[in-house]
Amino acid sequence: MKKLTIKRTTRTDFITYLGVIVAFLIMMFLRDQGVLNRSLTGQLVPICCYISMAISLNLTVGILGELSLGHAGFMSVGAFSGIITAMSLQSTIPYTPLRLAVAMVVGAIFAAIAGIIVGVPVLRLRGDYLAIVTLAFGEIIKDLINCLLVGYDSNGLHMALNLTGSKSITDLNLQPDGIAIIKGAQGATGTTTIASFTAGFVLVMITLVIVLNLVRSRTGRAVMAIRDNRIAAESVGINVTKYKLIAFVTSAALAGAAGALYGLNFSSLQATKFNFNTSILVLVFVVLGGLGNIWGSVIAATVLTILPEALRGFDDYRMLIYAIVLILVMLATNNSQAKALLGRIIPKRKGAETNG
Amino acid sequence: MKKKFFAFLMAVVMVFSLVACGGGGDDATTDDTGDTTEDTGDTGDSATTTTFKVGTIGPLTGENAIYGTAVANGAKIAVDEINAAGGDIQFELQSEDDVADGETSVNAYNNLMDWGMQLLVGPTTTGASVAVSSKCYEERTFMLTPSASSTDVTAGKDNVFQVCFTDPNQGTSSADYMAENMADAKIYVLYQNDDAYSQGIRDAFVTEAEAKGLNIVGEGTFTKDTATDFSVQLTAAQAAGADTMFLPMYYQPASVILNQANAMGYAPTFFGVDGMDGILTMEGFDASLAEGVMLLTPFSATLEENASFVQAYEDQFGETPNQFAADAYDAVYILKEALEAAGCTADMTTADICEALVPVMTTITHDGLTGKGMTWSADGAVSKDPTAFVIQDGVYVLPQ
Amino acid sequence: MEFLSYLISGISLGSVYAIIALGYTMVYGIAKMLNFAHGDVIMVGGYISFCAMNYLGLPSIVAVLLAMAVCTVLGVVIEGLAYKPLRSAPSLAVLITAIGVSYFLQNAAQLIWSAAPKVYSPVVAGSLSLLNGQLTIPYVSLLTVVVCLVIMAGLTLFTSQSKLGKAMRACSEDKNAAQLMGINVNATISTTFAIGSALAAIAGVLLCSFNGTLMPTTGSMPGIKAFTAAVFGGIGSIPGAFLGGLLLGIIESMAKAYISTNLANTIGFAVLIVVLLVRPAGLLGKYVPEKV
Repeated sequence: MKKLTIKRTTRTDFITYLGVIVAFLIMMFLRDQGVLNRSLTGQLVPICCYISMAISLNLTVGILGELSLGHAGFMSVGAFSGIITAMSLQSTIPYTPLRLAVAMVVGAIFAAIAGIIVGVPVLRLRGDYLAIVTLAFGEIIKDLINCLLVGYDSNGLHMALNLTGSKSITDLNLQPDGIAIIKGAQGATGTTTIASFTAGFVLVMITLVIVLNLVRSRTGRAVMAIRDNRIAAESVGINVTKYKLIAFVTSAALAGAAGALYGLNFSSLQATKFNFNTSILVLVFVVLGGLGNIWGSVIAATVLTILPEALRGFDDYRMLIYAIVLILVMLATNNSQAKALLGRIIPKRKGAETNG
Repeated sequence: MKKKFFAFLMAVVMVFSLVACGGGGDDATTDDTGDTTEDTGDTGDSATTTTFKVGTIGPLTGENAIYGTAVANGAKIAVDEINAAGGDIQFELQSEDDVADGETSVNAYNNLMDWGMQLLVGPTTTGASVAVSSKCYEERTFMLTPSASSTDVTAGKDNVFQVCFTDPNQGTSSADYMAENMADAKIYVLYQNDDAYSQGIRDAFVTEAEAKGLNIVGEGTFTKDTATDFSVQLTAAQAAGADTMFLPMYYQPASVILNQANAMGYAPTFFGVDGMDGILTMEGFDASLAEGVMLLTPFSATLEENASFVQAYEDQFGETPNQFAADAYDAVYILKEALEAAGCTADMTTADICEALVPVMTTITHDGLTGKGMTWSADGAVSKDPTAFVIQDGVYVLPQ
Repeated sequence: MEFLSYLISGISLGSVYAIIALGYTMVYGIAKMLNFAHGDVIMVGGYISFCAMNYLGLPSIVAVLLAMAVCTVLGVVIEGLAYKPLRSAPSLAVLITAIGVSYFLQNAAQLIWSAAPKVYSPVVAGSLSLLNGQLTIPYVSLLTVVVCLVIMAGLTLFTSQSKLGKAMRACSEDKNAAQLMGINVNATISTTFAIGSALAAIAGVLLCSFNGTLMPTTGSMPGIKAFTAAVFGGIGSIPGAFLGGLLLGIIESMAKAYISTNLANTIGFAVLIVVLLVRPAGLLGKYVPEKV
């Protein structure tokens, strides 16, 4: 009997894994049966990307306890490096799933590098100052990628940075067989879409495994100790900078992988997609799902990605209703009075049922 | 725990309600496996009518909403006219919002396909159109975009056509016009560096201008985030001695530039492209600022021949139509003409209509609001003549 | 000469940022929340004044006062409905609510006034010509700088001298202690929102006069920039917001002129990062060492 008792956290983790696997199987089944409408089918991959984004941001915001307003920047780095990789390896690796995997790994690596560059200075700051600097980095990444020109031909990869606005893709002097991969502000417009729902599922699972294991490990406990009381953690010999950086860079790398998958799901992608609003969108998933609550992030990302599409029936009022829903949910879940009210209503209803 | 359960329940309910909603309209979508037997259920009711389902996609909310709304409204006027006139071809129109974003645009497209769309008029913006056009190509949905002008939209996709000029075409035409009529101008190019439309025209313009030996004295850029203050660029242009300013951009930033140049007392000749159309009808715009502005555009709301469309648009939506609305209006009529030429019937599947229309598109000639004798090449680009206008006393006139 | 005109355009842009940043910093200092909806209140102020001037034909000063009145009411309503119930909630919850309010205002504005950009004619027209016309300064720029200085002086006086201002400072230091001293913390925070929103209306009028156009999204980017400016100067500090706004405007203008227009924002943000690394609490912010 003793063997069977597992820790509560482990049980929750396994339920989370199981939940995701079951959801994936149901969705696959429904899709293959043709029951799932196209609108939802088309959103499966983006939903997987947003789930990964939300989980990875939860690592920074919920577990590490630092507010990041530039998470979309890492997604952007991952997306564009992933697109470049996938497009230039088209002839080298003809097998699509492998190419996709390579692109996602490269996306993760580049985003991790960006994470280190951003993290080293940023993590010295605290609270809202840290938040604004991550916002600044997100905007900087967006502006730089907006200037990026990348092409690929038989001579290899060509890159240029259009800083003064006087360069264009023709300045790369591509061979006739070359392809323009990223054309500055026009972004990546000829991407071969190779993303699949299965890849999205694998990404979500990998993200879950990495984040949950990190959280339950010695490192994770150190990170949470820093969140709860930095000074106390420091005093017991925890290397604050190191653990903060580990969490931050892991989060960035996962966002990069998600970005790569996202980028390879659409044939056109512009750097402006990954602006402040996208960072905020992911933050909303995290806060709504509950800080530090990984499985809440999964649900919140799914629901809030589908919600604007589900509201299409409201035409012009769609985004207005979305905003109202957002405010009401925040009020309902965080207001003590509302909570008390909810608590009063629910038992009452139960009582009514037994009476009737 | 209760909260978590509640959230989970919400998620489940939402997912299933979506599945349920979609289930009904699903049989109209064409499966690439070709099991058309299921489609007969749907053709039963549509065979009695002659109504084609047309969708438009564009930003109806967000900062680009002006363009998407114009497309949706323009298409609506055309559809209403066609339906009111009766005839063998009738349309049912549905417009979806994409916030000018690729992801949302693909969602909107899928949504329309769930509804049973047979023909797509859209998307409105370039980035979104590239994302949707490759879906259309894969799934064989006929796509006619009113306003996405980049060549990336049509490149390599035989079933995607444009109503508007391509960006390179506009840039080249503008440079040609300048080389012909204002050869010794000192030109300063100011363009929006994070906008595909603006950059596309600028690239073609600069290439052609160099070939034609035009004198470009300087270049300035701005981004969406810095599109409110042009004093620096204007000062640089003034310092460079520019007497002509080429503004390949939409009218909103252009109006700011005209205002700020006026405040600085700097008055070069401003030269715009089709995106400049609409500047005169901006609410609160002082038309005297635009005096002498030149622009190459296929559509003008002040021309007499367009009066009935303009009137109908104003009556219905309380605004003066811009070029986007005119393009969308034309797009619906082009579809009608192509459908007639191809002999399509409303009970055909989306893919069948697409295959029927593709060869026809290169043979038809259409006279519309945005051009007389429009023809299409197999690569999807339209051939029509842009007209150069000068703004005088608040109306477009042909330059002397 | 060009340098001077770049500098002037930087100063006038900076003053606009500064006015918005003053509103941000006031609310942050007292309520300790990042009010992301501030930029959108500015936009509403712009629309109200636009309507008052163009539809009702009111003189600009009346339009400004009307905009202030409407924005004050709006600010108080938003605060009461969306923020007040979350007084004891975690700060992130309030942040997300503020974002929800921001989406709401933008979309409501689009439904009311349509998405079409409107041309906003400056509240004061014309420009000052100096040095034989080599240097022109729009009167709006001068007005912006003056208004900005007046507001800053007014706020400084208000918070240091008046009873309500002192109450605000007390709330900002320690809410519980302030409550114990008989200060009505809730009312003080609501008043702060009222003042912040009235400032937003003025900022809206000046921002739109400076930009010359008005759209439902007019407020969002300046809002973020002003937030940056407020942090730059040390968030919560009134002179800091002014200094931060001004510097950000000048840096942006100079970067556009001499380095790259593409990277104007990037350079502004890069300077911010460097400043925060050297002075983690901003230029004029108080660095509070943590007590163990």
